[in-house]
Parts: sequence; structure tokens; C-alpha cells
Amino acid sequence: MSPTGRPVSRRGLLTGGALAAGGTVVGAATVAATRSEPAGRPPERTPVAGVGEAVEPFHGVRQAGIVNEPQAHAAFVAFTLRPGSDRASLGRLLRLLSDDAARLTQGRPALADTEPELGLLPARLTVTFGFGPGLYAAAGLDDRRPPSVVDLPPFRIDRLQPRWSGGDLLVQICADDPITVAHAQRVLVKDSRPFATVRWVQQGFRRAAGAEPDRTQRNLFGQLDGTANPKPGTPVETAVWIADGPDWLRDGTTLVVRRISMNLEAWDLLGRTDRELAVGRRLDSGAPLTGTREHDEPDFAALGPDGLTVIPDFSHLTRAHVTDDRFRILRRPYNYDGVPAADGTADSGLIFAAYQADIATQFLPIQRRLAEQDLLNEWTTPIGSAVFAVPPGCPEGGWVGQQLLD
Amino acid sequence: MTSIFEGKLMPSVLPRRFLRPAALFTGTALVVSLAACASSEDASTAPTPSATASSAATVEAGVLGVRDPWVKAADEGMTAAFATLVNDSDTDVTITGAATDVSPMELHEMAMTDGKMVMRAKQDGVVIKAKSEYKLEPGGDHLMLMDLAKPVRAGDELSFTLTFADGRSQTFRAVAKPFAGAQESYAPGHGEPMPDMSTSPSPAP
Repeated sequence: MSPTGRPVSRRGLLTGGALAAGGTVVGAATVAATRSEPAGRPPERTPVAGVGEAVEPFHGVRQAGIVNEPQAHAAFVAFTLRPGSDRASLGRLLRLLSDDAARLTQGRPALADTEPELGLLPARLTVTFGFGPGLYAAAGLDDRRPPSVVDLPPFRIDRLQPRWSGGDLLVQICADDPITVAHAQRVLVKDSRPFATVRWVQQGFRRAAGAEPDRTQRNLFGQLDGTANPKPGTPVETAVWIADGPDWLRDGTTLVVRRISMNLEAWDLLGRTDRELAVGRRLDSGAPLTGTREHDEPDFAALGPDGLTVIPDFSHLTRAHVTDDRFRILRRPYNYDGVPAADGTADSGLIFAAYQADIATQFLPIQRRLAEQDLLNEWTTPIGSAVFAVPPGCPEGGWVGQQLLD
Repeated sequence: MTSIFEGKLMPSVLPRRFLRPAALFTGTALVVSLAACASSEDASTAPTPSATASSAATVEAGVLGVRDPWVKAADEGMTAAFATLVNDSDTDVTITGAATDVSPMELHEMAMTDGKMVMRAKQDGVVIKAKSEYKLEPGGDHLMLMDLAKPVRAGDELSFTLTFADGRSQTFRAVAKPFAGAQESYAPGHGEPMPDMSTSPSPAP
């Protein structure tokens, strides 16, 4: 959940405004009139569920779409800047895209929107911008690039494909409605055309909005995914946000996007016990094998009747475990599920999006431990990798990246 | 039917139903683009969402409120600027001219002539009734930039000055958007069609 609290419904805002302007009596009368309408009469206005009208703020010190409750649908769109891009052209690009995001996230059509009706239901839409190493180079500002924002070192387990890797500019589009995501993606891609080409797009999903509120999401292996995330409050503050430095860094963060192919065919060969040993957690509750509830602390020293540790040393839980909030990462993953091959072989996996203040001290140590020895590596393969600096947010009238580029 | 403009003015994507008889243009002093007429037809049938309370916040103070102004990015030739003009006063307001640094400008309107919608210069000015809004939009009325002295690039901000019948004037800024539609082509005073404007925005910078 965002620091600003629960997302607000636009209808709620409008009602609140009317109350403030016209006094409570008018508001009460409106409610009464609505209730006294004869039953069976068709409503004049198509009712809209709260999920469609819910709004996440766009303007602020920090960008949205990071610490808020992840929306159900996402598109990660990475761009390659056209040759000849410079600081000035990047400024023009980000002014346009920030304006699109500012409008669409608040349920207003974009400027010159060719499908304005598709811009009216934000469904908690957030648009989050990330800058790849190439953007700093194009702007002539490589000295302002956070040092850890650089291609990750190669890992033994990697089978990276160019079609899912790299990128000069990333736009993370998330909403609880897939049409809202599609329209925002269309608008942002159209406005990017004079400046950049589409490098890759990764579209993903989680549980539908409201299906399982405030629960850790499940990946397509059936595992709870994200249990170890830093908790709201100080832990998230510490893990995610850059606390000091120049104004183009402070209140920013970094993002690693890895596309993890999950081999469901090989996973099918495992029994339930082996699956739980590979993860170190129970599949139903997500509890560590030494506990009963999802958030129980794992006891890595506990021994079973066979004299071996209950949680295997090479389990995913053991290898990924971090106790200090300063070294945690915020996982904000989405599932992907492509079209199976003719023989039924699945094309499924995870868009592993991780936010952390510093890639070198937080993401890389975990990734190294997992790459060295993690039983899950048997069934998962990284096929894409990209890193981005996430600049701070912008106030109303400003644009994302202004502190860096203006 | 045959048209001397067919294949010259018509964007290839335009459906046949938008073709107009050539007779419409014979002897018309201000020849208009079929594309502009056609998209106007589209716009008139499409529902227009009402402005939200928050978008009203972008209205600039002055003789008129100027809401959501933008100009179509273009490398050369002609382009157009759009906005919703809001007259909150109790009297009608007449715009007699528009100006910007990069191009001579004309006020254009869509009007019925002999039962057809055509684009033409609005010589007597544009009247915005008291307490009403006036939409300048692709395929509809617009502020026409007749001959760009330099490219209008996506993301550029242009300054426009409106002059009014009573001698007042008002300046507003509009951002340039990449936009494939709004292909208003216009040949003032003679019947030669202009080359088709490119539909794809050119690369930056």
C-alpha cells in the first residue's frame, strides 16, 4: 500500500467535492433520491464498479507503481532511443509521456487521445519510468548514472535473449483493468515514436483485483511469491528509496527486470514433497518447512529425523534469505503465460521485477547466491535481463526526469 | 465517379465512402482536403466525453479559457493547432486572428456548402457565444499554420496569440504532439492540391 493510504475512488472524490461545495444537505438529498427510484427502472448511467474508478496519485516526490499494492495487469515496455537523441530531445519526450501519464492515471483522456473513452477508467493505473544506461549516455550525463545501473554480470544460469534484454527507457504500466493497460501502452508508444523504437514488451498478470486482497501472489509453479518482501514502513523505506544525494537521485530507486522462464514440463515430474524441499516452504501456506504460517521465521538449523536440516541448504528460501532490511529487495513480479506449443509444452514464467535502492549491494548478492546454488535453477531459466534507474517523481506541472535533464 | 484529386489528396487508408464528386470542387475558391472533411464526419458521430472537473484546472486566464491546447508536430508545410476555447463571460467573443512565430496562420472552419461539409478560411472571425465552449479539433474547426518556417517537433511548445474583434489579444502555449490524423491540406486561392502530408512522425531530433 502506498504511503498515501488506500487508493481513492474518483466517484468518491467527486461526491466529496460536491458535499464541500453544496453542503451536506444536498449530498444527503442525492442519496435519498437515488434510493427512492422505483425498482426495475433501468439506471440512466451504466454502473461502474469501484475497481474501474479507483485512482492512484501520479504527482509526488516519488514515482507511483512501486510500493503500492501491485495491480492485476502490467505491461513493461522498453524503448531504444533513436540515434541522435540528446538531452533536449529526451526532455521533450519525457514532457509528453509525463503529461500522458498524469492525465490517464487520473481517468482523463490523454491530450489528442484518439480513443478518449478508453481513458476514463483508470483502475489504479500507474505509469513508472525507468532510465537505462543508454539514456544517460545519450543525454551526455553518464556521470549522473547511479553506478550500479549497468548490465548485470553474466550468471552461469543465464540464457539471455536480446529480445527480452536491455533498453534505454522503460515504462512500467500497471492497472487493475487490461483495457486500461492496453490503451495507456498505445498512447505512450505513439508519443514515443519520433524519439524511440520499441525494444521489447513484457505483459503479465496477477490475481484479479479483489480476488485475494492483501495476499502474497502465486506464480505459475503454485508458489507464494514475494513473502520475504520488506514490510511497509521503515523496512520498505530503507530497502527501496535512495535517501540522499543530488535531486535527480534522491527519492528514486533502481529496477531490475528479469524474464524467468519456468519449465512446467520438468516441474510436473516432481512430487509435492520434492517441490516443497526445492523451495524450502510449504506450497499451501507458504510457511517455511520449520513453521506453520507464511511469515514464520525459518529455522535453518533445525534437523529432521534423518539428521539433515529440515530446510535444505540449497533450497530457494535458504539461498535467497536476507535478514537485514538494508539488503532486501522489493519483489513486484508478474506472471506471464504464452501460447503452448503444439505438443502442449508451456511458455510460462515470471516477469521478475525487483526494486531496491542499490543493485550492487542488494540485488547482486542475492542473485549470486541463487545462481551458485538454488535447487529451483533446475526448473527456471533467466531469458531476459534489464536494469534501470528510477528517477524521483514530479510535482504537478513538472515531468519525470526533469531534475536530471532540464 | 471520378475525381481529379483521387490518388493525390486522398490518403490511401480513406474508405471509398468518403470520396466526393469532383463537381464539389469546381469553381470553389478555397479548395479543401477530403481528409479533413472525412474526419469531420467521423468526429461528428463519435461521442465526446465531457470534460472532467480536473481538466478544467488547465484553463488559462484571459479573454477565453484555453483548455488542452496542442499542435500537430510537422517537419514542414502546414499543420494545425487545437484546443477547447471557453467563454465564461456574458457576452459573445469574436476571434479575428491567430499568430505564431513559426508560420502565418488562418482561422479555419468547417461549414456546410451546397449540402457538403467543407473547410474554409473564416474571414469574419470565429464567434464564441457567451457562456459556451468552442472546440477546435482534428477534422473540425482549427487554427491553421500555413507554411512552417522550421519544423515543429514533438514535445516543442509553441506560443500562439489570438486577437479579438474588440482589440484585445491573448497568448497561450501549446505542446506539439505526434499525430497521424488531422491531415488538413489546403491550397489557398487556387485549386492545386498540396502534396499529402506524411502520416508518420519523423525521428527526433
